[in-house]
Amino acid sequence: MTLANAQPQALQFDCETGNYHTFCPISCVAWLYQKIEDSFFLVIGTKTCGYFLQNAMGVMIFAEPRYAMAELEEGDISAQLNDYEELKRLCMQIKRDRNPSVIVWIGTCTTEIIKMDLEGMAPKLESEVGIPIVVARANGLDYAFTQGEDTVLASMLIRCPDKAPETDKEDRNAIHKLLNFGRKQEDVKAEASEYVDHPPLILFGSLPDPVVTQLTLELKRQGIKVSGWLPTKRYTELPVIEEGYYAVGVNPFLSRTATTFMRRRKCKLIGAPFPIGPDGTRAWVEKICSVFGIEPQGLEEREQQIWANLEDYLQLIRGKSVFFMGDNLLEISLARFLIRCGMTCPEIGIPYMDKRYQAAELALLEQTCHEMNVPLPRIIEKPDNYNQLQRINELKPDLVITGMAHANPLEARGINTKWSVEFTFAQIHGFSNARDILELVTRPLRRNNNLKDLGWDKLVKEEAKI
Amino acid sequence: MKLAYWMYAGPAHIGTLRIASSFKNVHAIMHAPLGDDYFNVMRSMLERERDFTPVTASVVDRNVLARGSQEKVVDNITRKDQEEHPDLIILTPTCTSSILQEDLQNFCERAQLEAKGDVMLADVNHYRVNELQAGDRTLQQVVQFYLEKAKKKGDLPTEKTAQPSVNIIGISTLGFHNHHDCTELKRLMADLGITVNAVIPEGASVHELKNLPRAWFNLVPYRELGMMTADYLKTEFDMPYIDITPMGVVETARCLRAIQALLNEKGANVDYEDYINEQTLHVSQAAWFSRSIDCQNLTGKKAVVYGDNTHAAALTKILSREMGIHVVWAGTFCKYDADWFREQVSGYCDEVLITDDHTVVGDAIAKAEPSAIFGTQMERHVGKRLDIPCGVISAPIHIQNFPIGYKPFLGYEGTNQIVDLIYNSFTLGMEDHLLEIFGGHDTKDVITKTLSADSDMTWSKDGLTELNRIPGFVRGKVKRNTEKFARDRNIEVITAEVLYAAKEAVGA
Repeated sequence: MTLANAQPQALQFDCETGNYHTFCPISCVAWLYQKIEDSFFLVIGTKTCGYFLQNAMGVMIFAEPRYAMAELEEGDISAQLNDYEELKRLCMQIKRDRNPSVIVWIGTCTTEIIKMDLEGMAPKLESEVGIPIVVARANGLDYAFTQGEDTVLASMLIRCPDKAPETDKEDRNAIHKLLNFGRKQEDVKAEASEYVDHPPLILFGSLPDPVVTQLTLELKRQGIKVSGWLPTKRYTELPVIEEGYYAVGVNPFLSRTATTFMRRRKCKLIGAPFPIGPDGTRAWVEKICSVFGIEPQGLEEREQQIWANLEDYLQLIRGKSVFFMGDNLLEISLARFLIRCGMTCPEIGIPYMDKRYQAAELALLEQTCHEMNVPLPRIIEKPDNYNQLQRINELKPDLVITGMAHANPLEARGINTKWSVEFTFAQIHGFSNARDILELVTRPLRRNNNLKDLGWDKLVKEEAKI
Repeated sequence: MKLAYWMYAGPAHIGTLRIASSFKNVHAIMHAPLGDDYFNVMRSMLERERDFTPVTASVVDRNVLARGSQEKVVDNITRKDQEEHPDLIILTPTCTSSILQEDLQNFCERAQLEAKGDVMLADVNHYRVNELQAGDRTLQQVVQFYLEKAKKKGDLPTEKTAQPSVNIIGISTLGFHNHHDCTELKRLMADLGITVNAVIPEGASVHELKNLPRAWFNLVPYRELGMMTADYLKTEFDMPYIDITPMGVVETARCLRAIQALLNEKGANVDYEDYINEQTLHVSQAAWFSRSIDCQNLTGKKAVVYGDNTHAAALTKILSREMGIHVVWAGTFCKYDADWFREQVSGYCDEVLITDDHTVVGDAIAKAEPSAIFGTQMERHVGKRLDIPCGVISAPIHIQNFPIGYKPFLGYEGTNQIVDLIYNSFTLGMEDHLLEIFGGHDTKDVITKTLSADSDMTWSKDGLTELNRIPGFVRGKVKRNTEKFARDRNIEVITAEVLYAAKEAVGA
């Protein structure tokens, strides 16, 4: 008898009520305004939105705020005030106070419901104010949590220049000159020859700068040159994107941006698993190589070496089970990596599943499950948190990756948890950061090892009425 | 439209949810888009709550918008009724969904047909009131609902309790040190021989609400939450209430004397004077502290106070009356109740500041250059930038306001805690002197990177050396004053002479 007989042969997808908790997509402001250093994010919404941002982002950042709320008041809602004039007044003030290179308007549920025509107003206002205005509809009616970044990047992508103007080219070269300052011409040429000749490649997804460098170098090892990243550190340095360029994403929640690359910029999208975990990173690099007809060098050894370095952590999680309640859309990639680490995963909750954009990742998940000889997880789109809690109570998984609302109550019932939001902010991409993922995943298990003799498992009185 | 960076009070639905989730076995359904349910995160994370927050979002998405929400909301209410059998389900929209102008009252009525528990729509205007006002209103609404229900059924107890008794109104989840305050109030009432008839809303069952009128009187410790309920109970059931916050030695005594007068009027014949005297002089350390040599050194020091009405008013009185500290200005973000605040602090501070704009507050602090700030988390942040210590005395709440240890603000133990907070916020007395005498022990401190580092003033080498000799904790202030002095006189390079000239000019 083999285990395989009992397994469903293909991934099973379900959809529940959608009564689940996740962060509002406007939270993308929290990391994007830090990533794009010359930007100003203006969230156009209500007190409810503002209080969320304040509570999600904490007090720390108020020294030099580069985001603000345009708080809609009763007069705005009842259309007694002129939206255009009001926004103009605020944008003028922002220009005066902060003088950013770009103002990003973040539309919210409220602007959707009152049908405020942000896209219609922006072009006229931007010529009056003299600062580019990018409009992104990061509302909770259509999107969840990390998809907020997707809406911003998709809008920003439209603003990327389609041809480098001659003078501008000079400027860009100037930066290169600066970088190459003091180096011999031959060295510069030699560097150019390190790259294989291939069509320009654009990477998209907002990552911390060190990770950007790591992934860029990872591709350079294969002779692949990254022509540009979206987003850039400065809005004024958005990459040139011409028709026929290739694009590849680094995060699973960027399906709208991916579509925009194909439809609006006529680029070719490389559908690859995401560079999360050594297995995913290898598959990602391999896929890019295969598109450019490059034979990857030393990838297998590199992956093996990373796995070998993870062994101390792997011992802690092998054979244990992990349950994803669903929050940031990184769930499939993380589950795939953790299954490869030797864990089992009964359920992957996910807010939204774009089966086309995530096709390569889903295929790798399936393949991983077969190779590791474990059952395929059930994938639940738009989960129902109440139902999930019942299932958790039944399955008693060793670890639940969950949003912040459920972590403490689950811990009080003896269930180990890790906040999903930590994976959103931690550096998890690429080969060397796999250790950081496991550092997070194993923390509750290591904590338990420290406390195990104390008998402090259940900290609620009656048997949990979840 | 308003450009906003920071809010001192949350939106209305937060107030409603605080009331709903404070009660035992009450569930709230939020009719809201995805992500508006961060209340659950706040309660779970800030309060480190062990139980699941009894709030479920009935998510409004594109589909629901197109089809109307009635079916979904009604389904979610009846489903929750079956799953968890709550006594009451409170439905609330958020700012966003309230614009849809749906007949939510009708949804509730429809759901009520099937639900075994009660179903109620929280009746607040999400664009006109904030968290505090909405909480006050929702509590009153729930109380009224159950008292009227009992009256209709004819099982409203009319007898007062045999012994003097009190309802403590306004203790709620996500309140500033509310749990510890409640424990302290219960101890205080026990000491006075007063039975606590009920504490609402925290931990109360809605079925017990009908017993509220049995108490002899109501105590409303916080101005922000409970006044509407107390007013309602006074009008409908002729129940007197005391709304003197027992914070600080003097105000606690005033509160106790008001209770004494009230009970005696009702024929209880109590005398709390000995108790007040004993607590003030011997049990609480606060009065002794005021008399101690430590506090002498605080005399005339400048402070500013900012927070919600209750805490800002009480702290102003304590600083000014009980410690002889000079309150330059006192402010509140409760704009809707500003008259009360003005009246409370008049005579205890030079100026009153009524605003909910944190930049105005920040500027007022910078202008006053106090030795210490007593404010909210925001002022603590401002204080960090200006290098002025800040004691946090008021909401908006932060995880630091849910200490594991016992830290009430009310009652006699509260007086001790407040003294510690105030005293530790100032640079300590003897340390202050020693630093002045010996020129400080942290002379290697860098002096750039202060708030005024972006100024165009240049310091000469000897000026800088002198500045470095000034104790670290006043160095920033001396630097600012000197630069102000130099700027006024168009002096471009600040030498040691200029520094001393400035020192003389400000008389420091």
